[in-house]
Amino acid sequence: MPERNQAPPCEHDHNGGSPKDSSPTPQSLRATRREFIKSVIASGVAVSAAGYVVVGRGGEAFAQSAGTVTRLVTLNVNGRDRPVDVLPNETLIHTLRYKLGLTGTKLGCDHAECGNCTVMLNDVASYSCTTLTHAVRGRKIVTIEGIEGPNGELHPVQKAMVQELGPQCGFCTPGQVVSAVALLKHNPKPTVEEARVAMSGNLCRCGAYDHYLKAVMRAAREA
Amino acid sequence: MAEKLVGKDFTPVDVVAKVTGRAKYAEDFRAERMAFCKTLSSPIPHARIRNIDVSAATKVPGFLGILTADDVPQFPPPQPPILTKDEVLYVGHPILAVAAESEAAAAEAIEAIKIDFQQLPHVTDPLESLFPGGPNARSNGNVAAAQINLQTLKWEAADFAAAGDDKLPAGKPAEEWKYGDVDEGFKAAKLVIDESFVAGGFPHHSMETRSAFAYWEGSKCFLHGSNQSHTSAVPNISRFIGIPPEDLVFIAEFCGGGFGSKIPGYPNMAIAALMSKKIGRPVMHRISRAEEYAIGSARPSFQGRLKLGFAADGKILAADLYVVQETGPHQGAGDFRSAGNCLSMLYQPAAMRYRAVPVLTNTPPTGPQRGPGENQFVPIIEPIMDKVARELKVDRVAIRKINAPDSSSKIGSDRGPLTSAFIKEALDQGATMFNWEQKKARSGQRNGNKITGVGVGQGYHSAGSNGFDGLLRITPDGKLHVHTGVGNLGTYSHSATARVAAELLNYNWDNAIIERGDSRRGLPWNSNQAGSLTASTQSRTMFVAATDMKAKLLDIAAQMLGGAAADYDLGDEKVVSKADASKSITYAEAAKKAMELGGKYTGKEVPNDINPVTKHGVTMIAGTGLIAVAKDNLPRVGITPGLTVSFAEVELDTETGKVNIKEMLCVADCGTVLHPLGLGHQIAGGNVMGIGLAHLERHVYDPKLGIPTTQSIEQSKPPTYLDVPAEIGWGAVDKPDPQNPVGVKGVGEPVQGSGAAAITSAIADALGGHLFNRTPVSLDMILNHLNKRPQAHKPLQINTV
Repeated sequence: MPERNQAPPCEHDHNGGSPKDSSPTPQSLRATRREFIKSVIASGVAVSAAGYVVVGRGGEAFAQSAGTVTRLVTLNVNGRDRPVDVLPNETLIHTLRYKLGLTGTKLGCDHAECGNCTVMLNDVASYSCTTLTHAVRGRKIVTIEGIEGPNGELHPVQKAMVQELGPQCGFCTPGQVVSAVALLKHNPKPTVEEARVAMSGNLCRCGAYDHYLKAVMRAAREA
Repeated sequence: MAEKLVGKDFTPVDVVAKVTGRAKYAEDFRAERMAFCKTLSSPIPHARIRNIDVSAATKVPGFLGILTADDVPQFPPPQPPILTKDEVLYVGHPILAVAAESEAAAAEAIEAIKIDFQQLPHVTDPLESLFPGGPNARSNGNVAAAQINLQTLKWEAADFAAAGDDKLPAGKPAEEWKYGDVDEGFKAAKLVIDESFVAGGFPHHSMETRSAFAYWEGSKCFLHGSNQSHTSAVPNISRFIGIPPEDLVFIAEFCGGGFGSKIPGYPNMAIAALMSKKIGRPVMHRISRAEEYAIGSARPSFQGRLKLGFAADGKILAADLYVVQETGPHQGAGDFRSAGNCLSMLYQPAAMRYRAVPVLTNTPPTGPQRGPGENQFVPIIEPIMDKVARELKVDRVAIRKINAPDSSSKIGSDRGPLTSAFIKEALDQGATMFNWEQKKARSGQRNGNKITGVGVGQGYHSAGSNGFDGLLRITPDGKLHVHTGVGNLGTYSHSATARVAAELLNYNWDNAIIERGDSRRGLPWNSNQAGSLTASTQSRTMFVAATDMKAKLLDIAAQMLGGAAADYDLGDEKVVSKADASKSITYAEAAKKAMELGGKYTGKEVPNDINPVTKHGVTMIAGTGLIAVAKDNLPRVGITPGLTVSFAEVELDTETGKVNIKEMLCVADCGTVLHPLGLGHQIAGGNVMGIGLAHLERHVYDPKLGIPTTQSIEQSKPPTYLDVPAEIGWGAVDKPDPQNPVGVKGVGEPVQGSGAAAITSAIADALGGHLFNRTPVSLDMILNHLNKRPQAHKPLQINTV
């Protein structure tokens, strides 16, 4: 049985608490995503009584490869230099969530479809699920944890999201906030149409789009 | 006096955690020595497993353990298994799980496992399975549902021949009911329509996949999961793990979307828990998007036939509905049944027959999705109502009002009563807000390559239950702790309903603390956060618990200050003598006194009729303050209907088929409005999902291979910012339901249905009333119609592009 001290951090914290660096480092990374389904399609198809041996459908693991060595790099995350061991084809979201303890950035699809994983790279909104960590050395990485002010005060976008009740389930919200902050950096007074287009890389399954848009427009007015 | 809380906006405490990224979802937790787990699932739609060879997997560096069907509790078919044993029933059916030091090592080990499958005939189309000699999705039958035993059911070849290609055959149903004289109704009708239809299924695709993280302390299992309910899920999850409910510590403060797919716990949650027990380490089981597609549930497709007979004024004299449901391989949900009730509710036919058969298919397991059944049905029937209105020269809103229920109406085969229904008022209010009389003149107007259409749609779902428990606590610091066992689906109803208790007790909202999301906080037995239940059901439990709390406060005041309880009343967080306002005790003082008194005042004694889950919850907080706990025994007779009406104006591009929604609004009959901002949010979000249902989202299967082609989000196509209007208007009738102590009814489900129906109605309107009788109405269907080309699908074909 595991010992008592294995309880995960922050579980008593009603509002989530601050992220902690506690994640184990995966041993290996793999070069390509597995698509076991291919073997099935290739192996014949029509209904037949013939049995055959195939490998199962394993889903997708983080891109990793056995036996590849990590390299110590320094990333500038939320204004701090963070040394971290990174594998050659490790994606940024993996580094953030599993090595730097920054779990505010969410993984929704891992395929650059949903935008839940949006972070800013040199002030540009980017999908961290399809960004290689090695590619962002020397760039300014800002995650949802770096959006609040130095004393923990909410960013105008966050304040507006609270006032307009932007989120529903909240899972896509960190990505929505980061995209909105990036938009307002480049276009402080967007029209609704400009905001809609700028935010369109961020899916929300709850359909909270109009509340998010109202929040973006409020933040632009009040910032 | 404290402010009035019900009906006012407020900032829910958890919204700050959501906008800062501090909200922790299941996959955000970590532990020392945490291992990773991955499942191996079926690559083929239907096969028998002849042999599994794991020998090579165990040699992969980092390998820690394997969990197979033999290691997990078994449930009788057609209930979904945690891991399947002998037969795989769909692409993505979990077979076994592997734990390793890293996720990559687990995947590596899975790749080394060899399975010998004997492929079996598969079926993705229910009609194919119902055809004589057609394939069965599972070796032990092809039809099943709740209250319908697993069985093999085949129709006659003559049924198919009689119907031809364009009509749904009407073979033997698995269930049926009727009321009134249907034949007589059709005979008396001035106009009879008979339409066959297909309502497409599509995945839930919650943004948070159903990842789970688990570890053990002795016999106690700690499980972090993604679930839309809380205490109501605990018995089910503990059954999946195979432990008593009191041994499960369930932690689920946030849920990244469920939409019906995460209501009472689900089998997959047990894998992390049982693997953790097996290898003696905390286990993270991260679910990928493709896995979520397979095991994350879907709305079932319908193949149906609807015959309606109308009087000259548009009143429905007779209705005959047949629904064939594509259920997936397991038990699925009763969508087909709800479609029948929806027809009887929203259109009140004088006589009606309903028949249905839920057919098992080798497609992913289906389950309830927001308005299950009702929301497939209304986008189909509403354009048909429009067509009839045109033929009978009745206004399209008027024909809905002619058929609409009121509070004296009945529902379903047993003609049960309703607690209240104000959809006629919602139609009037919506028509005024939308400016229906002027807008309808724009029907079919052309502007270059754009055609305007205006639509109206209605939605219904039952929206209230009863019999659950309320639990409140006042601690010696004077704070009110509202213990709530509902989940956090993003409706903020955990807080909105807590305000009912705070208001009844004259509390300032700032002094209320919501205790939820973690079994250790002492949570009562509450309803599923599903089926539009929470607002109505939970306001009742808050009412009964606050009533108990008030009685105890008055009682304690009498004990401390003399006289009888009736001599006192509640003031501003104090109990005050009615005769002498200078005589009072604060709630904090009352809580301290309660702790001296013990017994029923501190939860040491509880009423006999509360649920064992509540009793267990009370033991965790007993003695820590003044505790009120009560079961909701308030009367409720009949169905509590949540009803909505949506209006939409669209501009249809004849060159691209694109549907540009220029305006959309929705009015709800949900009783007294509890939380306006939250209500508007649910209404808008539901209508957005309705847009997806009406013309974007779908399952696509290769019928020959049984292989899904819409696993990714972009392929199944939920709406984005660019598919929906920047703003969705809303309103509420705001008439109290007489059978809820604060007048509240729920509304989460019907908003999607009415939104979808308004869009299908508007598209049909733009095309001169053309009926596609199919959802989603895709761009190519619109273009094919405009260009007089045949559609790519056969009339009753499902799972098509």
